[in-house]
Amino acid sequence: MSIKNLTEEELEKRFHDRIEKGEIIEPKDWMPERYRKQLIRMMSQHAHSEVVGMLPEGNWITRAPSLRRKAVLLAKVQDEGGHGLYIYCGTETLGISREEMLDGFLTGKAKYSSIFNYPTLNWADMGAIGWLVDGAAIVNQTVLAKCSYGPYSRAMVRICKEENFHHKQGYEILATMMKGTDAQKQMAQDAINRFWWPSLMMFGPSDKDSPNSGDLLKWKVKLFSNDELRQRFIDRTVPQAENIGIKLPDPLLKWNEAKGHYDHGDINWEEFYNVINGRGPCNKQRMKQRRDAHINGEWVRDAVVAHEEKKKSEKVAA
Amino acid sequence: MTTDTQWPLWEVFTQKKQGAPHEHAGSVHAVDKEMALQNARDVYSRRNEAISLWVVPTEAITASTPEDMGSFFDPANDKAYRHPNFFKTPGAKF
Ligand SMILES: [Fe+2]
Ligand SMILES: [Fe+2]
Repeated sequence: MSIKNLTEEELEKRFHDRIEKGEIIEPKDWMPERYRKQLIRMMSQHAHSEVVGMLPEGNWITRAPSLRRKAVLLAKVQDEGGHGLYIYCGTETLGISREEMLDGFLTGKAKYSSIFNYPTLNWADMGAIGWLVDGAAIVNQTVLAKCSYGPYSRAMVRICKEENFHHKQGYEILATMMKGTDAQKQMAQDAINRFWWPSLMMFGPSDKDSPNSGDLLKWKVKLFSNDELRQRFIDRTVPQAENIGIKLPDPLLKWNEAKGHYDHGDINWEEFYNVINGRGPCNKQRMKQRRDAHINGEWVRDAVVAHEEKKKSEKVAA
Repeated sequence: MTTDTQWPLWEVFTQKKQGAPHEHAGSVHAVDKEMALQNARDVYSRRNEAISLWVVPTEAITASTPEDMGSFFDPANDKAYRHPNFFKTPGAKF
């Protein structure tokens, strides 16, 4: 059967049947416009987050406490740049250009994860980010690796392999500090106090306020709701915290035998929306750094193009 | 904001170990093939994931289309005799 003479409705029905059967959608397959748009939005935001994510940690590369830590942090930050590139190229398969995405990013039209708008004040924050932020990212990305869009899912498989290193190096930093002096322990605890709640916000609004979730779940782009993934993260993180004697700053955090999950306190959604809408502690600084980096790299890109043009004209002449 | 272009797109294929086929890994943007290879290495083999890399200009690739899925691959459908289990070989061990 050729799909050329099917109506829009029949195509959409056929698309949903494929999704229901667990088939993977590839770039050239027919897909509803809304599926394409939502994926572009979600994937480009994800890519921008990887790129902005390099800033808070890049901040500490020159001040890492040892050569080992410095090499590790450098490798981690480089990975995050790579993650951005995997996802950008996956998003391009949906028919949007890299330029267009970068433009949305640099003009502030496109969003990125709210977590990267928090400052990194001291070395313990590198531990907190690796353990909590990458830990939350792993929960999200492991599920996305099974999503219905082939290029996104393949990018996630690649990313997940690298995230475990990020997660463990962060935990190691905190575990080491928690065995150190009182000042070091306090520093580690302070970092967790600041990063715990913002990390929980990484999973997005509570299910009852999540406008895009319905479609994304129906299309199997998302396989679990925001709250389900948040709970999964909490459940696996609490024992890791206990293991090194660090306290998670939520007095209501308690194992609930009946549910088989940890209960937790309410998230400050007002803070979440403030940060998402540009009023977080570092939004302006992050965007400025990103734009400056783009502008400062312009001469390199110009030189590359000039060199290429020169080579071409030499070939013509020869 | 800038006069940049995004540069041509290249598809990247990686070989994981000797004797293995090259498999598609993703894509990179680059002005020429040397830069494409270097970018491919930095993006797709930071942990020795590849021992060999191919980069191919995306526009040089011709692909079958999903609409062809049925008809284009039809000729193989009714030729079960191309598979060994089509044949009856009573008693013999292979
Ligand atoms: Fe990442
Ligand atoms: Fe990471």
